[in-house]
Amino acid sequence: MEHSTVIEATKAVVTLDVALPGIIWGWMITLNMWAKSIGTGVILVGAVLLYRHKREELNGIRWKMPLISFIFLNIFLAFTLLDLHQPLKMVNIFLYPHWTSAITVGAWMATLFTGLITIMALIGFFDAHSDIKRHSLFANLCRKMSPFYEMIFPFVVFLAIPVTLYTAIIMAESSARELWQAPTELTQMLLSAFMVGSATLILISDSWSREAKRDLALILAISIFLSFIMYMGEYFFSFKSAEAEATLEYVHSGGEYNIEFWSGMALGYIIPFFIAISNLKEENRTLIRFGALLALIGLYLAKDVWLKIPQMLPLS
Amino acid sequence: MKLGFLVDLNLCMGCKGCEVACKVENEVPLSSWRLRVKYIDIGTFPETTRSFTPLRCNHCENAPCERICPVSALHYLDNGIVNIDSSRCIGCAGCIMACPYGAIYMDPETNTADKCTYCAHRIESGMMPACVVACPVEANIFGDIEDETSHISRYIMEHQGGVQVRKPEKNTNPKHYYIGGGNQTLNPLAHERIEGYNLFNNITHLEHVGDPNHSILDRFIAPVFGHEKLDNKSFIDMKDNSKGEN
Repeated sequence: MEHSTVIEATKAVVTLDVALPGIIWGWMITLNMWAKSIGTGVILVGAVLLYRHKREELNGIRWKMPLISFIFLNIFLAFTLLDLHQPLKMVNIFLYPHWTSAITVGAWMATLFTGLITIMALIGFFDAHSDIKRHSLFANLCRKMSPFYEMIFPFVVFLAIPVTLYTAIIMAESSARELWQAPTELTQMLLSAFMVGSATLILISDSWSREAKRDLALILAISIFLSFIMYMGEYFFSFKSAEAEATLEYVHSGGEYNIEFWSGMALGYIIPFFIAISNLKEENRTLIRFGALLALIGLYLAKDVWLKIPQMLPLS
Repeated sequence: MKLGFLVDLNLCMGCKGCEVACKVENEVPLSSWRLRVKYIDIGTFPETTRSFTPLRCNHCENAPCERICPVSALHYLDNGIVNIDSSRCIGCAGCIMACPYGAIYMDPETNTADKCTYCAHRIESGMMPACVVACPVEANIFGDIEDETSHISRYIMEHQGGVQVRKPEKNTNPKHYYIGGGNQTLNPLAHERIEGYNLFNNITHLEHVGDPNHSILDRFIAPVFGHEKLDNKSFIDMKDNSKGEN
């Protein structure tokens, strides 16, 4: 300890203790949340588009939407597994489920969701590419199941909501981390899904109708705006507990997490918002694609900071 | 029967006997602690006081770790102890994130969560927890808090008004009590941690959660094929190798 350190007379100082754990849930969990937001977001935003527009205006959405969701859900599941210290025991969630745990409920729902998305992706892909695997029994079986796609789609959209939200419940159950206790976390998760769902679909929407592309830009702008307002509210006015206040005070004082947070806000929220708004007036494909990419990067940074900062606080 | 723990901080002299007894009894690996004694200095020299606070699992009646555990590895025993079955643990660290007292750790040898169990195995055999036996001043008091004739119940009754729990606002209803504590000893936000508070080194934060010597790939392979057994010599060899690389 430096003897020159000035310590307030009333302040207590730890003079001997053990080393405390550092970041426990790190970048893999950030990536997990980010990928899940895309995996569910493309389904939610895709459902909005299919409700408002004819399928002919949304060229290839029937197979592209579940395929993107399938890829990102598998990234999410892979990193969920990799983050476990006993990955082979993951099966215990299914053998010995504990239903008060959001981890259990989430794992079951995410597994069901991924299963249904896989079926949709296979049906959609083989339906759209009738020349591929023309004589394959499996491919033809998928094609025969085509009506099943439309049957399960409403259920998949409905299921996408709790699959998106359950991580917020896990965070709420992590009662040691006060910053995550706010119900706003639920709303943030949903907005994240709409934000990156629309951003991802923007990247593949070149051949879609002008109205559909306009809707995507509008969804991106609205979700970014609401999410940004909530982040600002939490960042500056979250005085609901001593822990949350101490966590934010730590970030406010500067350092790498302060830089990462504001980089996330600038890249993922402020810049894409104005790009999306300008795109509503006049379409600029290059600019909106750039904005969509920034939104994807920015959300990762924002989620990363929000995940890690409460873990910096000593609990005992 | 509801087992509880009480520490009279007025008696504790910071000998760390309980900490060592716990380590030995439960074979707690290096870099992990089920029970630790924290030293806190209050005031400005020469008007200073030093307090010692033993910290362990609070065996909450409404335990957030039990609630979040996806496989019921953390579970209640009939006597109120929050026990852990490491053979079922998947190592998700949810319990570490949920415990408001920072009482759970990832065992670096088994890569599963672990914590104080009030020495449930000893209690089953009618013995007291190792830390209680080791305490030279009987600052650790353990017993049935539902039995009003027990030592702990009488102690609590005698010190009514002075009995505290950590973070009561969390509504966890801990079954671990303190006498003679204050905000500065029991509230981690009320004291400052300055670099270098460890006795033998300057490590204030662990770099690894769980096993630091094996990769993520090992986590998949080791349960099937096992992995290289590490002993003290292995650690020395590792150190020498890293010196050689430098």
